[in-house]
Amino acid sequence: MPSYVNPDKCDGCKALDKTACQHICPNDLMVLDKEKMKAYNRDVSMCWECYNCVKICPTQAVEVRGYADFVPLGASATPLRSTDSIMWTVKFRNGNVKRFKFPIRTTPEGSAVPNGGFQSPGTLDSPELFTEPASTGLPAVFTLKH
Amino acid sequence: MANFETVVVETDLLILGGGMAACGAAVEAAYWAKQNGLKVTLVDKAAMDRSGAVAMGLSAINQYVGLKDGANTVKDYVDYVRNDLMGITREDLVANIARHVDSTVHLFEKWGLPIWKDENGAYVHEGRWQLMINGESYKVVVAEAAKNALLQSGVGQIFERIFIVGPLMDGDRCAGAVGFSVREDKFYVFKAKATLVAMGGAVHVFKPRSSGEGMGRAWYPPWNSGSSAYFTLKAGAEMTCQEVRFIPVRFKDAYGPVGAWFLLFKSRATNGMGGDYMVEHKPELENWVPYGKVKPVPANLRNYLMMLDVMDGKGPIFMRTEEAIQKIADTYKDDPKAYKKKMKELESEAWEDFLDMTISQAILWAATNSQPEERSSEIAAAEPYFIGSHSGASGAWVSGPEDLQTGETKKDYFWGYCNMATVNGLFCAGDASGASSHKFSSGSHAEGRIAAKAAAKYVVEHNTMPKVDQATIDALKAEILRPLDTYEQNKAATTDPEINPNYIKPRMFMFRLQKIMDEYAGGVTAQFKTNQALLEKALELLAFLKEDSGKLAASNHHELMRCWENVHRMWQAEAHVRTVLFRTETRWPGYYFRSDMPKMDQEKWTVFANCTYSPKTDTWEMKARPVKRVFEPAAV
Repeated sequence: MPSYVNPDKCDGCKALDKTACQHICPNDLMVLDKEKMKAYNRDVSMCWECYNCVKICPTQAVEVRGYADFVPLGASATPLRSTDSIMWTVKFRNGNVKRFKFPIRTTPEGSAVPNGGFQSPGTLDSPELFTEPASTGLPAVFTLKH
Repeated sequence: MANFETVVVETDLLILGGGMAACGAAVEAAYWAKQNGLKVTLVDKAAMDRSGAVAMGLSAINQYVGLKDGANTVKDYVDYVRNDLMGITREDLVANIARHVDSTVHLFEKWGLPIWKDENGAYVHEGRWQLMINGESYKVVVAEAAKNALLQSGVGQIFERIFIVGPLMDGDRCAGAVGFSVREDKFYVFKAKATLVAMGGAVHVFKPRSSGEGMGRAWYPPWNSGSSAYFTLKAGAEMTCQEVRFIPVRFKDAYGPVGAWFLLFKSRATNGMGGDYMVEHKPELENWVPYGKVKPVPANLRNYLMMLDVMDGKGPIFMRTEEAIQKIADTYKDDPKAYKKKMKELESEAWEDFLDMTISQAILWAATNSQPEERSSEIAAAEPYFIGSHSGASGAWVSGPEDLQTGETKKDYFWGYCNMATVNGLFCAGDASGASSHKFSSGSHAEGRIAAKAAAKYVVEHNTMPKVDQATIDALKAEILRPLDTYEQNKAATTDPEINPNYIKPRMFMFRLQKIMDEYAGGVTAQFKTNQALLEKALELLAFLKEDSGKLAASNHHELMRCWENVHRMWQAEAHVRTVLFRTETRWPGYYFRSDMPKMDQEKWTVFANCTYSPKTDTWEMKARPVKRVFEPAAV
């Protein structure tokens, strides 16, 4: 199945023009059934299990069931992603549960400054990229010409 | 014809793709565009936040040279890449990426990517060139900087969910690209003074090991469908290293990463009888000198030694995770508290490695009640992929930088603009540019920056809009939308739209391609082996497939994209087969093996095997190009 949608939780993103899962799926697999107002994965054999639909769903309606052609049933990995970290609950087939929490970014969402605060003295003709040489941490960019 | 509105977008610099290289291109282009009054347009087939090969995240940055700390030199990196690729690499291109990649990694850190640090504040290395990261949001952070650069500076615009089919040409100059929306009835024409291709490599050209749902679990993502190779081939650009596909050895079936296990945890891999193929097959390395003697042993040779065991029926091959963890933990055995803490830490690191970039592997471990500290897990060679950014090398033949040439290399490797293909105004980065392996995520971003700066310079110096006549655009539109028409015109002929004598759906078309490549061009079931007769048979069957591509049928936008993705794969396949046929030797035995030419021929074949498709004459030209050294190779 790879990613699948729990019909009790999916609200079709409240009839907005597209669902969150449809917006994010890198392989264009998630679609909204406009009659039922529920999302679904239209081609499970092309799903990479990247979990982007799972992580973005506002109602936590999307889950993953491992590829049935080689994964025994009964296990799951469930994320809870916040603005700075992600918590994973891994459930084993034998009932064991592990929980892990990892940081995901060190800056506030949306705040990435393109030049990272580094100055750009170079010109279009120089080998320095913008932000260089400051962003290299060295006084000059390596070259064979002197 | 399908009733699609034609939308024409004119821009100065067109960036095709949304992955690491395209994001690098965007962030760099925005700066130079602002300086020079240019417009930049980026087109992504998906949503930039989570598109490309890093969509899921990564657990490591695989290229960081460490220049500022004096850890390594640019030449050290070139030595490493040259050896890993059995001598066939463009040293000017590799050096160019190596001198800029640290700068890009430092930007990632500023943007918010958490890079592991030790107690002294230094980066934690997985291996000599690899840094450990908390990379779940790696792509989100990198895309955010790219979007901020394009949109906040006012120079750029971004189109998402537009699938680019192919190039727009004005004679021998690239004039932009054409494609369609996968959401609306719109055909897009992007006219540009320079076009930068960064649409990734190719997956599902070869039959995958899995046959059901698991088919989607390719190691490299299934949405990378050969669009870069198709675009550059159809523009008439010379291509290089089309034979150098990559076969990763990963945890079996779910393809979880092995880097942390081999490099960080120092794990061994052993066969079903407990033998270590790196030890038992060591004499085989003599057959591949000088590269068989270098450290680390090239990836394809490590693969090959393992494959020898598998072909001998000595599987399964196990990553000895329990042994590796025990060995690390043992150093704390006299301090029970520290021991417990270390075991907990190792467990968390092992699971994060999967959860950051291959969640399927975590599910597979959980579903088989596998705990790495308790027992080994199987590893296996995956199916072949085209990924010039990793340990493969396929891509377009591009110009290097002028200041990294010698008197000897300049006339062969430099033609005016860095990363420009042999077609004017066409720039390539990431998986789209060849013979510059081991750039990975960080180096692809750096190369995107390099290419974008050069493309901006090209626009400033060639500031005229190429000309494309309306008839050409109309013909392209009709060709691109044809699968929709074919479906509508023929669907009533049968009671099931999936089977129809007048057309082929993209899924079956893909299966046909994969079967040809698997059986004749050295796929998994052929044990990665092929020969001249098999390759000639492959070309014969590919010719029928190419004819039938005119009968592809699509019932909706999504299927129309699938049709063209598979045409892209087919072209990548043909370039591959022709080049494997051209190189009459075996050089990368762990990537493919020519059973009729089983030895490496240093005298004749220490060259690049290049190919060019001519759109005018519909013919292919094969050409050997010299391999020239920029740096003196280190003694082996």
